[in-house]
Amino acid sequence: MAILVNAKTRLLVQGLTGRAATYHVARMIAYGTNVVAGVTPGKGGRSHLDAPVFATVAEAVAATGANASMLFVPPENAAKAMIEAIEAEVPLLVCVTERVPVMDMVRVSQALRGTKTRLVGPNSQGILSPGTCQVGVMTTVNARAGSIGIASRSASLTSEVMAQTTLAGLGQSTTVGVGGDPVHGLSLKDCVQLFIDDRDTRGIVLIGEIGGTEEEECAAYVARVRPAKPIVAFVAGRHAPPERRMGHAGAFATDGGGAAAPKIAALTAAGITVARNAAVVGETVAAALLDHARS
Amino acid sequence: MNLYEFQAKELICRFGIEIPRGRVAGSAEDAERLARRLAFPRFAIKAQIHGGARGAAGGIRFASSPEEARVITGQLMSKPLVTTQTKASGEKVRWVYVEEAFEIEREIYAAVVVDRSKAALELWVSGHGGENIEAKAAEDGSVIARFPLTAVGSTATTGDFLGAAQGIGMTGEMAVKAADVFAGMGRLAVELDATLVEINPLALTRDGRLIALDAKLTVDGNAMFRHPALAALRAQTQVEEGDPKELAADRHQINYQRMDGNIGVVCNGAGLALATLDMVIDAGGKPANFMDIRTTASSLDVAYGIGVILENPNVRVVLINIHGGGMQRCDTVAEGVGVAMRRAKRVPPVVVRFAGNNADFARVRLKASGVAFLDARDIAEAMELVMAVLAKEAA
Repeated sequence: MAILVNAKTRLLVQGLTGRAATYHVARMIAYGTNVVAGVTPGKGGRSHLDAPVFATVAEAVAATGANASMLFVPPENAAKAMIEAIEAEVPLLVCVTERVPVMDMVRVSQALRGTKTRLVGPNSQGILSPGTCQVGVMTTVNARAGSIGIASRSASLTSEVMAQTTLAGLGQSTTVGVGGDPVHGLSLKDCVQLFIDDRDTRGIVLIGEIGGTEEEECAAYVARVRPAKPIVAFVAGRHAPPERRMGHAGAFATDGGGAAAPKIAALTAAGITVARNAAVVGETVAAALLDHARS
Repeated sequence: MNLYEFQAKELICRFGIEIPRGRVAGSAEDAERLARRLAFPRFAIKAQIHGGARGAAGGIRFASSPEEARVITGQLMSKPLVTTQTKASGEKVRWVYVEEAFEIEREIYAAVVVDRSKAALELWVSGHGGENIEAKAAEDGSVIARFPLTAVGSTATTGDFLGAAQGIGMTGEMAVKAADVFAGMGRLAVELDATLVEINPLALTRDGRLIALDAKLTVDGNAMFRHPALAALRAQTQVEEGDPKELAADRHQINYQRMDGNIGVVCNGAGLALATLDMVIDAGGKPANFMDIRTTASSLDVAYGIGVILENPNVRVVLINIHGGGMQRCDTVAEGVGVAMRRAKRVPPVVVRFAGNNADFARVRLKASGVAFLDARDIAEAMELVMAVLAKEAA
């Protein structure tokens, strides 16, 4: 079944008529994604990439039954577009926009509270359920439908781990880029929660990096629920020089302490196997699956 | 972007927060002249650097006369200031702030921060302000009380400002004054896109005033499109303080940071670049730099970035580890690598590993461009080739 996106996904694209959106959405359609509508303010009534274009998200949802929205909206308008989709009760938003102001994301997070909408991103490469649905700007050359769920803070390392798990003959159920910005929607922990309940997913890979405390929060969750599926993690930046702190106590909250060592320690303590380096994630997860089958 | 104290104070006083009267000086003579004009009985002379913990490091001194202000300023500006929050070589002191010194009754800590894990704006308040707040908070988190704030529109926040003031034992008119300061800080955060507004100490003076003696402000670089004045300030600061090579690379859609080793490292994506540096260091190598080619870089941008690495005389070998994605394909990078290598006066051995989108095409393309390189199938092989080049050179 995969998580978040599948054959039942009816995608609308906010900012469909833009140049980058046109390039990437054409590839997504070729991959098999069901793109049912576009939304561009002021361009309602046209059609683009064979999809009808609407002026508002609400109109697009009413006319097409769209159940997910992907946002190719410039950073100045991204928050407004996300809030419009939240108000139109779209269940899933995927925002690839880079450089959205943090305060705008605080407003979006306020708007999300108490709703059923899930936000992935911003600054995310998107979601890929290989073979069925691509809602993202990632490459699909090394993607194969399979059993590993990947949740990642890094787009480049997702491509790397996707290739490795394909080479190991495992393939992927779904890959999710949670986004590289300090304030974003779905977290690594949320992804783990979804992967645990997904029948297609036999093993989970978490890709973290320095900054923030998302890996620690995910580790705390895993330690509590002790999922029956093997989980492998990788954390980039073990040898990165420690960030200089610019403020007093407060800077910590936004920039995060975020060194790799405490993340690796927390993940390990939660029973998660941490891969030695980025080149061996595929073989590490293959070994973890074997171990799990034996025990 | 981090602002200097004098820049931060100028901004916070626009939000109704009282600051000491003062002026910024760029030389010892300047400081004396300003002190003479300000004519306070006692002056605080404060080194302007981005790092905190200045007091303990001798970066904040007091003078009782304009002459003394000149001497102290001369001393402060004569060498970089090293604090627990600067790099080991310290920060150059280009300005000092000369302001009125106060008799202080009590020091309060106040901050408005964006908490990334909660995706929320918060007010932080402590009755134990001053130099050691970090150590105190690390020992006992409850030293700082946290209050959630809600951003309303683009110019306001709501929250329990009065409750926060009363929580640290302030009463009556003083509590109302403090609540106003906290509300002003919240307003500043949303209006100027500040991810951190910190006043430490917020001083209660003997004569019953509430004054921001120090201020720290971090504004969001991604929000500059709606703050032209701050954008101009940032542009100026970058030129004055930044590394010209890093800034030029940034204009070419490349994140570049020089390090002190001899292995040039080129990757696409920050995650892959961090992971590759980890592997280089694990193998006993020393990276000469961090380089992340952003998805928006063209082949000529890539050529510029590779050129910067080839120009670095310390570089003995270059490792190019590219995993082509949907937005940055391998062949774009290959084209840039070819251009840079043909242009360069000196080319050390180059190890290339292409994977992902258009990897095979990129390899063909780079070969066709007539430059010599060592072709690696995967990261492990690339790492072996790099270390072999260095070992051969050492032998």
